[in-house]
Amino acid sequence: MLIQCENVTKRFGSFTAVDDVSLEIAAGEFFSLLGPSGCGKTTLLRMLAGLETPSSGRIVIDGVDMAGVPPNRRPVNMVFQSYAVFPHMTVADNVAYGLKIDRVPAPEREARVAEALALVKLADFARRRPDQLSGGQRQRVALARALVKRPKVLLLDEPLSALDAKLRDAMRGELAAIQREVGVTFVMVTHDQDEALALASRCALMINGTLQQVASPGDLYEFPANRFVADFIGTINLFEGTLAGSLFTSPALDTPIRLEPGATGTIAGPVWVGIRPEKIAMTQAKQPGTVDSLQANGAHGTIVTSAYLGAVTLYDVQAGNGTMFKVSSANAERSASQALPAGTPVWLHWSPSAPMVLPG
Amino acid sequence: MAAGRKHREVAPLDYAGRWSLRAWVAGVVVFLYLPLASLVLFSFNDSRRTIRWEGFTTDWYGRLAHDDALISAFANSLTIAAVSTLVSVVLGAMAAIALWRYRFIGKGVFDGMVTLPIVVPEICMGVAMLVFFGTIMPWPRDLVWPFDLGAIIIAHITFSFPFVTVVVRARLASFNREMEEAARDLGASELRAFFDVLLPHVRPALVSGALLAFTLSLDDFVITFFTAGPNTVTFPVKIYSMVRFSVTPEVNAASTVLMAITVLLTLIGMKLQGKDIANTEPR
Amino acid sequence: MTGRASGITGGSRAAFWAVLAAPALWMVLFFVVPLAVIWGYSFGHTQGLTQVVVTGTLANYARVFDPVYLMIFGKSLVYAALTTAICLIIGFPYALVITFAGPRAKIALLLAIMLPFWTNLLVRTYALMAVMRTEGWINDGFAMVGLGPFEMLHTNFAVIVGLVYVHLPFIVLPLFSTLDRLDRSLIEASLDLGAGHLRTMFQVVIPVVWPGIVSAVLLCFIPALGSYLTPDLLGGPDSQMIASVIERQFKRANDWPFGAALSFMLMYLTLAAMAWRALAERRSTARAAA
Repeated sequence: MLIQCENVTKRFGSFTAVDDVSLEIAAGEFFSLLGPSGCGKTTLLRMLAGLETPSSGRIVIDGVDMAGVPPNRRPVNMVFQSYAVFPHMTVADNVAYGLKIDRVPAPEREARVAEALALVKLADFARRRPDQLSGGQRQRVALARALVKRPKVLLLDEPLSALDAKLRDAMRGELAAIQREVGVTFVMVTHDQDEALALASRCALMINGTLQQVASPGDLYEFPANRFVADFIGTINLFEGTLAGSLFTSPALDTPIRLEPGATGTIAGPVWVGIRPEKIAMTQAKQPGTVDSLQANGAHGTIVTSAYLGAVTLYDVQAGNGTMFKVSSANAERSASQALPAGTPVWLHWSPSAPMVLPG
Repeated sequence: MAAGRKHREVAPLDYAGRWSLRAWVAGVVVFLYLPLASLVLFSFNDSRRTIRWEGFTTDWYGRLAHDDALISAFANSLTIAAVSTLVSVVLGAMAAIALWRYRFIGKGVFDGMVTLPIVVPEICMGVAMLVFFGTIMPWPRDLVWPFDLGAIIIAHITFSFPFVTVVVRARLASFNREMEEAARDLGASELRAFFDVLLPHVRPALVSGALLAFTLSLDDFVITFFTAGPNTVTFPVKIYSMVRFSVTPEVNAASTVLMAITVLLTLIGMKLQGKDIANTEPR
Repeated sequence: MTGRASGITGGSRAAFWAVLAAPALWMVLFFVVPLAVIWGYSFGHTQGLTQVVVTGTLANYARVFDPVYLMIFGKSLVYAALTTAICLIIGFPYALVITFAGPRAKIALLLAIMLPFWTNLLVRTYALMAVMRTEGWINDGFAMVGLGPFEMLHTNFAVIVGLVYVHLPFIVLPLFSTLDRLDRSLIEASLDLGAGHLRTMFQVVIPVVWPGIVSAVLLCFIPALGSYLTPDLLGGPDSQMIASVIERQFKRANDWPFGAALSFMLMYLTLAAMAWRALAERRSTARAAA
């Protein structure tokens, strides 16, 4: 393992920013620290960089305990949220800065700077000053400046948050391509789940300073460890109730939810069950063949609001007992009226494999 | 807009375009500059009585150049200003960095202590210095030049460096801490990051702070008046004794010299600060 | 980002002491100590020629309330207030024009107010002396129309003119920085709702920038109150302000304890004014945040 965090805790006065976090990151990974703002993910990143010291716990990078190692002696480099490109130096001087400090001989230094600038497609901008660059270009400078030092780990603090939407999408693709090319381990902090799911090979989700789950993007979405994770990633319908065997009952639901046998494991008693909106089928007529649809895994209600988003339409459906369901339906066919109007009575149903059981 | 309403040349919010306000501004400018202009003008007047214009001459400036007492006062003033500027910039920058960067017990006290000299009436500071250098730390009067100026220099540093602190602190507020962290992250030691990143950022403030300190020192009369001895007369103190005596073309010439220096320094300072002029806070 | 202020690891503590020690030491030694000595002297009395014995007596402060000195304090306050009022009336329209002037005119007008501000106080006062004296050209002007000459120099009138002349920039610059931050759409809204310009000025602009005006007024009042040079050079024997009395105690009368008490009364007035200003600013930021 390239990076090992063992029971890392960081307190600022009485506030615990990072609470007993242990995780391991392998070489070559594109690892993402995901969570709402203020969850401690940036603090954890800054501890890896050496810009903060843990209150307790241990950080080991490449087999070396980092305790007492200042930021300038760590085998990591960082791309800062504000990019922190030095305004009084040219692009080339910015990139060369770290190499100059390391006393890399001039010919080698120049070659490496040129190589790094080519990697981020800024070869023609070497003599420019940062104030002549766009936000996206400045970020590339920051990236080149960090990568040119050939760090074991590249840390990225919200790398795409300061860019506008179009540029963000383009940069996202490029970031992935650069990581594949250089093979350096990337650790990225982001509050944007789309960004994390799209880029990372593995994600760690943090909420209120504690680590909730470390998993691949797919597992994080389909098999969340708890309801906080399920609630943070994507949209979900959550019900609190009790589980008996493979049958879940909730005061919010008129009929029970039947789960796939064996899907529940050993869990029993009070639990949460979640169903993703796209896993609920919505029909205007009662479906033939699902005769028992109102005895389990279904509901009857009326559409309250609809939001047409192009590829999908999101509906809020109110069931007879008042419970609200979020349902998304793909707009697979071209049609003049993509959304069903409010007030339309609909039937909702889902398969036993759709619901996920989440410990309270 | 109602049709047929008289078209106005002046946009509603263009207060600067209204003739009444323009006349007011012109009046203020005349009030501010007429006395100064006449002072400069009559320093070139070929008449001792200085009532009427009698022709152009630079005699009065020539006379200044031969007035040994005035020349030595001028040399004193420049020396005091140079030394106190140097020390003020260093102390002022240190205090600004301490206040900007660190949280510590007694920070409020330190902040107040550094800000107070800006607001304390000059007369109070003057008499405090008089007593301090009279009883607590008597400055030997018979030291060789320029060491005899020590007491004045100390007084000047004490009232100038808080101004430098204000200027540098304002500049530091716009510093992105991530810049320094980036330098550290790229391998720079704390000291190197300071010189490579922080110092270039505050350099404009150091320059304008230095000009401010220099001008303040060169201009000061009240505090110097209380700290100066008979052999340590500065330019303003010398002019004061001339003014008390009478209004003469020599005084006009000497005043013009002093005015020219400060105006020049101010203009250089503003030029260096460039577009910040419009946001300049009053002292 | 909660932890930013806690600084960077490695040597920070040493760096902290390196930047704090020198200015702190300097301030204590050359500012706090001198003021403390004066403060101590204000509770003492003279013994012999220059010896001062600190006895804890309040006699010096009692003497401040002697009608003679109370009158001078009163007169200083009145002069400073009058100066501030005149400066405000003259300066407000000027500040308004700077605020709404085009970028070039703005710089020119700011420069016009700042250059005298930076010009030596003594020089400015002297310039006024030369203009206002009996043989000055104002009286020449009056003589041409058959009036005068008027005795203007060394009068209370000259002191007020001088104080206004010297302190005008002190009020214009802060007024400008306040007006510059004013949201212009407020004026537009008022005009749009049918108010005239004068009404807009008094019922919208002035109330909104009021805390800024208070601050500007105090920034003018405080230095005006402690003026030494202007009344000294332009005034007559009856136009003394506090500073002149303080100066006399230290230089000519050689009554340091009483001079110290007077200094500290002036200090207290100044600090009270500063505290008032800080309070007004805090209140306005609190209101802005609400």
